Amino acid sequence: MAFREYKIGCMMFGVALSTSMFVTIFLPGLDISAIGSTEEALKKQLTYGWESGFNYYDPFLAGKDKPIKVTLTHDPVTGKKIDKVDAYVFKPGTHFPNGLTHENIMGKKVLALSNSRGHINQASEENGGVFLVDVDAASGTPYVEFATATKGWSVDATLKAADQQFLAGSGKTMFIREGCWWCHTLLPEETQDWQTFGRPPVTGDFNGESPTTFGSDRKAPDLLHVGSRNSSREWMTMHFFNPRLVQPHSIMPRYNYLWGKTDAKGNVIDRQKWDREFMAYNNGETAYPPEVPEPAPDSDARKLIDFVLNLK
Amino acid sequence: MLKYLFANEEDIPQGSTALFFAFSSIAWFIIGTGLGSFNAAKLAFPDFYHNVYWLQFGHMRQVHVHAVIFGWIAMAFAASMMYITPTLGNTKLWSEKLGVWNCLLYNVGLCLALALLWSGMTSGREYSDHIWPIDLYIAFVMVVPWALNVWMTVLNRRTQGIYTTNWFFAACMFMTIIVFLIGNLPEFFHLTGLNEAYMTWWFAHNILGLLITPVAAAITYYIIPKITGNPLYSHRVGHLHFWSIVVFYSTPAAHHLMSSPLPEWLKSFASVEGVLILVPAIAYVSNILLTMQGKWSMFIENIEVKFTITGVFLAIPLNMQGGFQQTRAINWYIHGTGWIVAHAHLALLGFSTFAEAAAVYYGIQVLLRRKLYSSSLANFHFWMLLIGFSLYWVSMTIAGLIQGAAKIYEVPYIDVVIAEHPYMIVRWLGGTMVFLGNIVWMFNMYMTATAGDHVPEGRQPAEVAYTR
Repeated sequence: MAFREYKIGCMMFGVALSTSMFVTIFLPGLDISAIGSTEEALKKQLTYGWESGFNYYDPFLAGKDKPIKVTLTHDPVTGKKIDKVDAYVFKPGTHFPNGLTHENIMGKKVLALSNSRGHINQASEENGGVFLVDVDAASGTPYVEFATATKGWSVDATLKAADQQFLAGSGKTMFIREGCWWCHTLLPEETQDWQTFGRPPVTGDFNGESPTTFGSDRKAPDLLHVGSRNSSREWMTMHFFNPRLVQPHSIMPRYNYLWGKTDAKGNVIDRQKWDREFMAYNNGETAYPPEVPEPAPDSDARKLIDFVLNLK
Repeated sequence: MLKYLFANEEDIPQGSTALFFAFSSIAWFIIGTGLGSFNAAKLAFPDFYHNVYWLQFGHMRQVHVHAVIFGWIAMAFAASMMYITPTLGNTKLWSEKLGVWNCLLYNVGLCLALALLWSGMTSGREYSDHIWPIDLYIAFVMVVPWALNVWMTVLNRRTQGIYTTNWFFAACMFMTIIVFLIGNLPEFFHLTGLNEAYMTWWFAHNILGLLITPVAAAITYYIIPKITGNPLYSHRVGHLHFWSIVVFYSTPAAHHLMSSPLPEWLKSFASVEGVLILVPAIAYVSNILLTMQGKWSMFIENIEVKFTITGVFLAIPLNMQGGFQQTRAINWYIHGTGWIVAHAHLALLGFSTFAEAAAVYYGIQVLLRRKLYSSSLANFHFWMLLIGFSLYWVSMTIAGLIQGAAKIYEVPYIDVVIAEHPYMIVRWLGGTMVFLGNIVWMFNMYMTATAGDHVPEGRQPAEVAYTR
C-alpha cells in the first residue's frame, strides 16, 4: 500500500480522534444520562409528546400526533370540585414521549414512583389515556401518574370536563416549523438572565424533550417563562397577527398567515383590506387599528399562541 | 458537463469535475448571498414582503445558511480538491466520471434539501437542520463519493511523500464523514434532552473545526507556494498545525453551550481546549505569511494571492476572537448576541471564502488554460467582498456589544431592538454588496472560460499579463 510510510501517522490520527470522541461524546453522554427527569421535564414531555421536529408521524410538521394539555377544576368522573390541576390527554394512537417509554430518561427514582404509585406501566399508546404530574411530598421526587388507571379518568370525559384546552404540543411543532427559535431563545442564561427572563433551566429539565430548540442567536426576548410575564391571549393574538400593533418598534415578522383562510366565526380573512386599514391607522387617518380576527380553534395560530401562553 | 455522464472514463477531459464543481459553487454563492441579503433586509425592514408565506424569515434563514455552507463553501472545497489533489500527487483524478456524477447528484440533492427546509420540514437542530433522509443522502451520495475520489487519488499518487495540503484534504474528508454520521445520531436514534442539544453543537463545532477552517487553510498551503514560487516556509510547522487541529480542535464543542446547564467539567474542559486553537492558528498564519517572503508585491499584483493573503489576515482576528470569546470570563457577555453572528461570518465569509475564491479563480484558469478575463472586474469583486464583509462584521460586532451591555443593565428588550436598527441596515448593505460582487464574479469567470487569453503549455497563468 502506498500509505505504508504513513502507517504511524494514520495510527496516531486514529488514536487522537477516538480519544477525542471518547472524552467529548462518551463521557458527557454518561454524565448527562445519569441525571433523572425533573418535574419540569415530566411536564414538558407530557405537553409536547414525541418528537416535535420531522418524524414519521408528522413529516410535514402540521402539529399532528400530539397530546392536549387541559386544566381541570372538576373531577371528570364524579363531577366534584377539585383543586385546579393540569392533565395531559393522549388520544388513542398518540405516541408517548421518549421519557415514558425509555427507562433511563426518567431516571431510576422517578420511574420507580411512576410505576408503583402512578401505574404508568398500565398505559399503552393504542388506548391512550390521561396523565398527571405529581411530586412525592416526603422525598420531593416528581413522578407521572396515569390517571386513567388511578382515577378512572377517560380521554373523552377529561376533555369534556376541561376548563381550558391547550394545544401546546402542536404549538411547539409550529414554533419549530415557523422558525421562531431563530430569534427567541428558550434558555435564560445562567450568568445574567435571572432578573429579566427568569430562572434558567437545570440539567434534568430537558430529559425526553426533542428537539430542545433553545436557540443560539437571540434577536428577541427569551421566551422560556413568557407565559408568566404576559398571560394575555388578546395581546398574543394581536402580536402574532401584526407585532407592530402592540409594539411599534418590533422587527418580528407578521404571522397573520397562520390564521388560515377563515377566522373563528367562519368569516374569510381579507389580509389586503386589513393592511389598507392598518396603513390608514398608521398614517393617523383613523383613530383605531382594524380588528384582529379571532383564530379558528384548529388554526396554526391558535396552536402557537397556546404554546407561548403555556411557557410559564 | 452532462455529456460526460455516460462517456468512457478516458474520454472525459481532466479537470471536468473540478470545473463543474467550481461553476456550481459560484452559482450557489450568488444564491446563498442573495438569500442572505433578503433575510437581512427583513431584519432591517420587517414589513418588507410580508404577505408572501414563502418569503417568511423563519423559513428562509436556514436556507441561506445551508446554501452558503453546502453550496458555496463545500462545493468550492470539492472543486479545489478535485484539481489540487491530483496535481500534488503528480497524477490524474481517480475517476472523473464518478466526480461528474458526484457533482450532478450534489446539486440535485442540495436543491431538494433546501426546498424541504424552505417548506418548513426541519429537524429543529441548528446546522443539522436537514431531516434524516436528507442527512443520509448528504453523507452517502454527496460526501462519500467525493471523499473516495480524494483518497484514491492520494493512494494512486506518483510522488513519494504526501504534501501538507493533501494530508488535510484526506483527513478532513474522513473526519467530515465521521462527524456527519455521529453528529446526526440524535435524529437517527431519537436521542432527547441535553444529549441531543449537546450533540447538535458537537456537530456544528466539528463541521466547522474539522472541515471548513482546515480545508480552507490547506488550500492556501497550495495556492501561495504555487503562485509565488516560494516553497512552504516550514513543513514541520505544517505538522504542528495539522496535529494540533486534530487533537485540540475536535474537543471544545461544549463551548457553544457555556450558559446552558451542561456538566461543569465539560464546559471547563471545552473552554481550555478552545483557547488551544491559538496553537494551530499561530502555526498556520505565520507559516503562510513567512512563505510570502520576497514576494509581497504579488499581494498587490496577483488576484489569487490578494484573495488568499486577505483570507489569512482575516484568520488572525478570527482565531483571536475564537480562542477567547468562549472563556467564561467573556462568553457570558457576548453569548447569543450579534457578536457571534459576526464571528461566524468572519470564519465563513471572511477567512474561508477569500481562500476558496482564490482557489476557484486559480483552478478555472489552470484547468481551461485561459488567463483571467478581466483583472479590473476581479478587483471590483475583491473590494465588493471585502468592504461588504467588513461592513457586515463591524456592524454586527457593535450590535452584539450593545446586546451584551443590555444584559448587564437589564433594559427592556425593545430598547435593544431600537438600538440595533442602524446596524441591521448596515448589515443588509454589506450583504447586498457581497451578493452584487458575486454576480460580477460569475460574469468574469464565464468570460474567462469563453474569451480569456490562452495560457501557453508549460506556463502558469500568473506568468501571463492581465490584459483587461
